[in-house]
Amino acid sequence: MALAGFSSAAPKPQAASALKSGRFVWVLLLPGLLYLAMFFMVPLVSLLITSVMTPDPSGAYGIYNYGFDLSAYQHVVVDYLPQIGRSFLYAFAATVIALLISYPLAYFVGIRLRSRPLIQKLTLTLVIAPFFISFLLRTIAWKQLFADNAPAMTFVRDLFHLDNTFHFLGTPGAVVWGLVYNFIPFMTLPLYTSLERLDLRLLEAAGDLYATPAAVFRRVTLPLTMPGVISGTLLTFIPITGDYVNASRDFLGASDTSMIGNMVQADYLQNSDYPAASALSAVLMAVILIIVGIYVKRTGTEDLL
Amino acid sequence: MKKLRLGRFALPLYSVIALVYLLIPIVYTIAFSFNNSQGRTNTIWQGFTLDKWMNVCARPDVCASVGTSLLISTVSTLVATVLGTAVAIALVRYSFKGRSLVSLSLFLPMATPEVVMGAGLAALFFNLNFGQGYLTVILAHIMFCLSFVVVTVKARVQTLDPVLEEAGADLYASPRQVFWRITFPLLLPGIVSGALLSFVLSFDDFIITYFNAGGALVTFPMFIYVAAAKGVPAEVNVIASMVFLLALVIVIGTQVASNIRQKRLNTLK
Amino acid sequence: MKEFVPAGADLELRGIRKEFPGFTAIENLDLHIPAGEFFALLGPSGCGKTTTLRIIAGLDQPTQGQVLIGGEDVTLTKPHERPVNTVFQSYALFPHMSILENVAFGLRRKNVSEPLAKAKAALEMVELGHIGERRPMQLSGGQQQRVALARALVNRPSLLLLDEPLGALDLKLRRQMQIELKAIQMEVGLTFLHVTHDQEEAMDMADTVAVMNHGRIEQLGAPESLYERPKTAFVSKFLGQSNLFVGEVSDSSTESLSIEVAGNRISVPKARAEKQQGKIAIGVRPEKVEFHRTAPTANSALNILGPGTIKDIRFTGVSNQYLIDIPDVGHITVFAQNIGISPVIELGEQVWISFKVEHAFGLQDLPVGDEE
Repeated sequence: MALAGFSSAAPKPQAASALKSGRFVWVLLLPGLLYLAMFFMVPLVSLLITSVMTPDPSGAYGIYNYGFDLSAYQHVVVDYLPQIGRSFLYAFAATVIALLISYPLAYFVGIRLRSRPLIQKLTLTLVIAPFFISFLLRTIAWKQLFADNAPAMTFVRDLFHLDNTFHFLGTPGAVVWGLVYNFIPFMTLPLYTSLERLDLRLLEAAGDLYATPAAVFRRVTLPLTMPGVISGTLLTFIPITGDYVNASRDFLGASDTSMIGNMVQADYLQNSDYPAASALSAVLMAVILIIVGIYVKRTGTEDLL
Repeated sequence: MKKLRLGRFALPLYSVIALVYLLIPIVYTIAFSFNNSQGRTNTIWQGFTLDKWMNVCARPDVCASVGTSLLISTVSTLVATVLGTAVAIALVRYSFKGRSLVSLSLFLPMATPEVVMGAGLAALFFNLNFGQGYLTVILAHIMFCLSFVVVTVKARVQTLDPVLEEAGADLYASPRQVFWRITFPLLLPGIVSGALLSFVLSFDDFIITYFNAGGALVTFPMFIYVAAAKGVPAEVNVIASMVFLLALVIVIGTQVASNIRQKRLNTLK
Repeated sequence: MKEFVPAGADLELRGIRKEFPGFTAIENLDLHIPAGEFFALLGPSGCGKTTTLRIIAGLDQPTQGQVLIGGEDVTLTKPHERPVNTVFQSYALFPHMSILENVAFGLRRKNVSEPLAKAKAALEMVELGHIGERRPMQLSGGQQQRVALARALVNRPSLLLLDEPLGALDLKLRRQMQIELKAIQMEVGLTFLHVTHDQEEAMDMADTVAVMNHGRIEQLGAPESLYERPKTAFVSKFLGQSNLFVGEVSDSSTESLSIEVAGNRISVPKARAEKQQGKIAIGVRPEKVEFHRTAPTANSALNILGPGTIKDIRFTGVSNQYLIDIPDVGHITVFAQNIGISPVIELGEQVWISFKVEHAFGLQDLPVGDEE
């Protein structure tokens, strides 16, 4: 769905009777599926197992044994509540802002530029061009642009007559700014795909039936592009909840903007507190599975890919 | 009437502003690749120079990390593309039981946060006693690239009319000949798109790689991350700019080329 | 790989049945097409004709039954191993190859010598030899259709299947292609199986026509015999138009039998009556019916009905079509060839109609709605 934006033509639905049957299909499917089973499903199970491990009786640092100890979950849910709350709050804010920014842009490229296919393709390329530079560097660029002593900041301070304690970097605002920027392509592409396929004659028909432009949007365009809105929202919200680069102290955040990802990274790679890291990951994954489950229940799995 | 005329310009104007906003960090990064920065940091403009472009590998650790990334991305892309293309063809052309489950399993990796996948894979490799290094990173990359290849190739397979393959069989082509002479050439643009996407995702990946690289292996994003705290050298900007420009040229080039080809076909009719 | 058969082979379908989940496309099909014949399979959409074609080509497997080509059972043979070629409805030209390579495709797969030279000759036969280097996308519909034909013919298949190949062409081009196809078939001596829903096309081109409905062949024969003597209500209505009269057999002599409809006697020669007892339907083609302003004298060789009123007159250039309403009988259609006599009959006038007994035909079933 999202990345159909990369393909050059709209897909045509295939007649059901044209589908082939037989056992050969498993030759095609099994290598990929087994790979996913081994390297996606099993790691998730590994996380669960690790999350209930017990500390080694010797008290040695970073050594754990197999067991069934739920204390990691207790610790994570209680002590990391601020991070958990913050992650979902930032994700929600960033997703909404990204949607508001992306929709008009996708509308412009997907509908207004339809009469000029080459310009449409080139503009779309410009929209996804940020993708081509490492997101670390993109985030660093914003970090340097918002640095306390950067020209832009000085300008803003002078403009609004603020004193030198005003800073943007290290605030939740900066983190959300970074998240929005880095995930806009994830929101724009599904929106664009939906809008690009919208039959313009429907909009004309609505206008012919006395609808104002606002009404046409509310009653025709928006409902028909809702699948794109939903898939864009999912593809943006979910990964943001696990992001930690934007919120990290080395980038746009400070120690009081840490998210779930920062804690997982810290616990896993620095504190060797594997059960805690795994438990936190498991909690995050559970929430995500619930969200995806609700989505699949309402719209089925046909349009997922 | 005046309202209407203003309204027509509002959307294009907004789009231009939005595009500028999107491109600010790009311009910044490319600009600072020309910075005559002395010392560790590259945050203050110290004059224009082509030095860094000329001597990209003056810092050997920068180029080494790029080499590592290229190797990992190439191998991962090759494997992910083969596996993913097979799955995409199966999904579009065949009927089989468990289709919903397969779609869901392919979708989940795209929706799972990288911290979860990174930590999970690290746990798995630890339990399997796989030492962290090239193998673990490549295995990890293939995993998250697979779904994206499937999505991209699937869109292309759906544009392929099955009657063409039937015509091939009708004209004495065995199933293998049908695939190589008809299906594959027509799918190639989609497969290449999928491979490119996979390469970009793999080259740019940080979080999953960081969790699974171990002490000795440094990829280009890992280098940047570690350098972010101390100061990112201008050579990094140079390499990133090169990659950016290369990708841009490839994408725009193919679009312009296909546009020219389309125009030429239409005039000959 | 099999050797090429120099001329066409005959086709036999025995007891073919094709079931799809939820419905049966073909119930029980038996068919024999002699070698070298131009055969048309005619029927409305959904009657199973395309399914039959795909089974013969090997693109679908029958649920039951056998397919024999040239006497050999090919039911289990894969499509690429059958000496059959298809001209697809959408032409199915390979977009990524030139026209020449498209036409040479089958020859190359069979490792025939000098594929490109033979392909060029085939293209010249359809008058497209000069554009071999172009891509299918650059060609018009008519040109694509001819390339599809050349691509199939160049392989000299024992049996050539054509799936409504002229459907997308405009009228004039279609007429032209019909003449060309027939000429090529007669010249090369191949067996052609042409599937279409256009009855004029079928009657024009084919040596034998089979009319198919709901997965069964209703009637099979030369176009004239099908037209002049349809045996079922469906065939009488699908192939041309018919006026049908339904009644109980009231009278029967050695030569003919009759029914009574609203006091009018309608007779049909026994030799042209499929069913000879009980309730039967007798029909006549509209062009065989005349109308009169005064009641014609009774005559054992004529069926006379009336009086009725002219309800509608339509001018179609070649003929005038009259719709006459006869009370208790129904609407009768009459075609009168437009030979210069100005219309003396006007709407609402009272007329009698007559047609020769020898032109009547008796059906084996009853039209829908008149069954017991």
